[in-house]
Amino acid sequence: MNKILVCSAGIILTAFFARGEVIKVASGSMLSGPQANLGEMIKLGSQLAVEEARPHFEELGFDLQFSPQDDQAQPDVGVAVARRIINDKEVLAVAGHFNSGVTIPTSEVYHEDDLAMISPGSTNPRVTDRGLDNVTRVCGRDDVQGPVGAEFAVNDLKAKRIFVIHDKTAYGQGIAQAFRDKAKELGANVVAFAGTEEKTNLQPMILQMRAYKPDLVYFGGMYDQGAVLLKQMRERGIKATFLGPDGLESSSFVDIAQQAAVGAYYTTVAGPAEKYPAAKQFIERFTARFGRAPEAFSLYAYDAAQVALLAIEHAIEENNGQKPTRKQVSEAARNVQMEGVTGAISFNENGDRAQSDYWIIHYTEAKYPGVAVKSISAQPPSK
Amino acid sequence: MSDALLELLPSVLLEGLLLGCVYAMIALGYTMVYGVLGLINFAHSEVFMIGAVAGVEVYRYLGPHIGNPYALALTALVVAAGVSGLLAMAIERMAYRPLRARGSTNRLVPLITAIGLSFFLQDFTRLIEGLWHGEFYMNYPANEQMEALHELPLGMAIQNKSILVIGVTIVMMLALDYLVRKTKLGKAIRAVAQDASTASLMGINPDRIIARTFLIGGALGGVAGVLFGLLYSQINPFVGFIPGIKAFTAAVLGGIGNIYGAMLGGLVLGTLETLGGTYLFFMTDGAIGNEYKDIFAFIILVLLLLFRPQGLLGKTQGEKV
Repeated sequence: MNKILVCSAGIILTAFFARGEVIKVASGSMLSGPQANLGEMIKLGSQLAVEEARPHFEELGFDLQFSPQDDQAQPDVGVAVARRIINDKEVLAVAGHFNSGVTIPTSEVYHEDDLAMISPGSTNPRVTDRGLDNVTRVCGRDDVQGPVGAEFAVNDLKAKRIFVIHDKTAYGQGIAQAFRDKAKELGANVVAFAGTEEKTNLQPMILQMRAYKPDLVYFGGMYDQGAVLLKQMRERGIKATFLGPDGLESSSFVDIAQQAAVGAYYTTVAGPAEKYPAAKQFIERFTARFGRAPEAFSLYAYDAAQVALLAIEHAIEENNGQKPTRKQVSEAARNVQMEGVTGAISFNENGDRAQSDYWIIHYTEAKYPGVAVKSISAQPPSK
Repeated sequence: MSDALLELLPSVLLEGLLLGCVYAMIALGYTMVYGVLGLINFAHSEVFMIGAVAGVEVYRYLGPHIGNPYALALTALVVAAGVSGLLAMAIERMAYRPLRARGSTNRLVPLITAIGLSFFLQDFTRLIEGLWHGEFYMNYPANEQMEALHELPLGMAIQNKSILVIGVTIVMMLALDYLVRKTKLGKAIRAVAQDASTASLMGINPDRIIARTFLIGGALGGVAGVLFGLLYSQINPFVGFIPGIKAFTAAVLGGIGNIYGAMLGGLVLGTLETLGGTYLFFMTDGAIGNEYKDIFAFIILVLLLLFRPQGLLGKTQGEKV
């Protein structure tokens, strides 16, 4: 009798304390540096997904952990982070990175060990066009987003003279080129195409705008530079309409540009949270957990982590309940089909989302988020 | 198109002048310290940056209490001048004076110290601002009254805040000129610059004069920081580096050690840079973009120094400070 008691107590205790093998999901975004505000919102989105999945993984016999990493939006830092992640054998999937210029080199590192990477917001075509089978993304592509912006500029805003500026990164220059080519095709006059890394004194470009007298300025790049450009343009009396891509998708854009933000447009692959029917509960849970409202890319980060978790779960099933290899998770990620907070998610053979949304947002007042004026659902272009 | 380019010229020159004002104010800090110590104080770019940060903090905390935007800007200028001046003095006291006291005659030692301090101050500011407000970029809030645009002849347009920048620069330069030429302190600074050991025989304490030189140069740097912030509205902990290098260049361009040279050098460099940045793009049909504006400015510098190594106003042997 005593023996049985001791034994059963032992079993219960072991079951209680043994938390199973550790599985980690890493997130890669910019937690410090110029774009830290947006990076934090992306990290929190993924974190919520992992936290919510913990009880379920415990039932499966695994201890699920979240490993947030900081790439500072810089390619070299990103690669160092990727090396750290790939050497941590407990990491089975990465929800990240965000900037295309970081995603492209890091994906090569992850590819060495077939570590699945699901990007919440890298839109450059080259992210998936290189055919790496560990890379997927839950957002749209710049070769769709750029033309969507160009069509809006020429057909809806009736722009005739367009001044195009980009930030010389893989992302910014890529989308600016896609925009320029489509705008030309539609018959608009692209009066200038200029790149700059300068983030403070943008006066030379603004003086050029005075000479070219554009009626629309397209900026391909991130909000931390775009907002400054817009503010300085307005201060110096340039009244051209301002249009940009999803790099402007951040509440910090309005914080920097202040009143100048009024009237600006941007195209984005991440629509405002309230536009997604399934996101209502997500917003409530997010706000309750972190004490602030999510931004558009938090939803995508949540979905990216969801894809990673579902892929791990499928791989565990296939592996008869044992911890799967990274390659198994990568293969499972491609085949994930799920209903995310941003709609139905599945991937084509390149790792692009089969059907993704593109939005056009308008700031009618200096307040984030802006008003969605148009939404287009499109498939990735076939090669 | 060429008509449009010509029309643009006055605006380009005006914009260059504004940038030049900022460069000139920073360059004064480099040139004054060089005058008394023969040292390039590379930490001066961080004194400038911290002045800009101090200005942001004034706007953040006093902004809601001071209604008049000009009074607020002047408060920011005064606070930034104080903070930067004291910081420059502290840098001299803690980093350079101990090296001098040890009798190190090697010019490279304080130079390396300065570079090290510069890195330290950048990341320290980033850390403090990150912990304090969780921000990397700091913004000067927009104000309609300050940003009101006045149309001028020749297609130029100027904002109230730009007028303020030019006004403050002129006042500071005249005050500095008066201080150096007409006051006892100015005389002492000139004496130390000429020969510190002889000056000390005349009853001047060189250490004290050097500290005051740092104070004045630092205060000018702080004022330049706020002016820079007002003009371009966004700053960050690493914003000092490029203007610092440019201002150093301006000091060399004008003839290092000469305060009028620093003023002139700053204005010339600011104008050249804006001219190059704006026009190279047109002339090459976009092949050479705005990012080459610095290269353009520095090519001019190299050419000038080839033919006039002492700089625009520098004398091979003459009065320093």
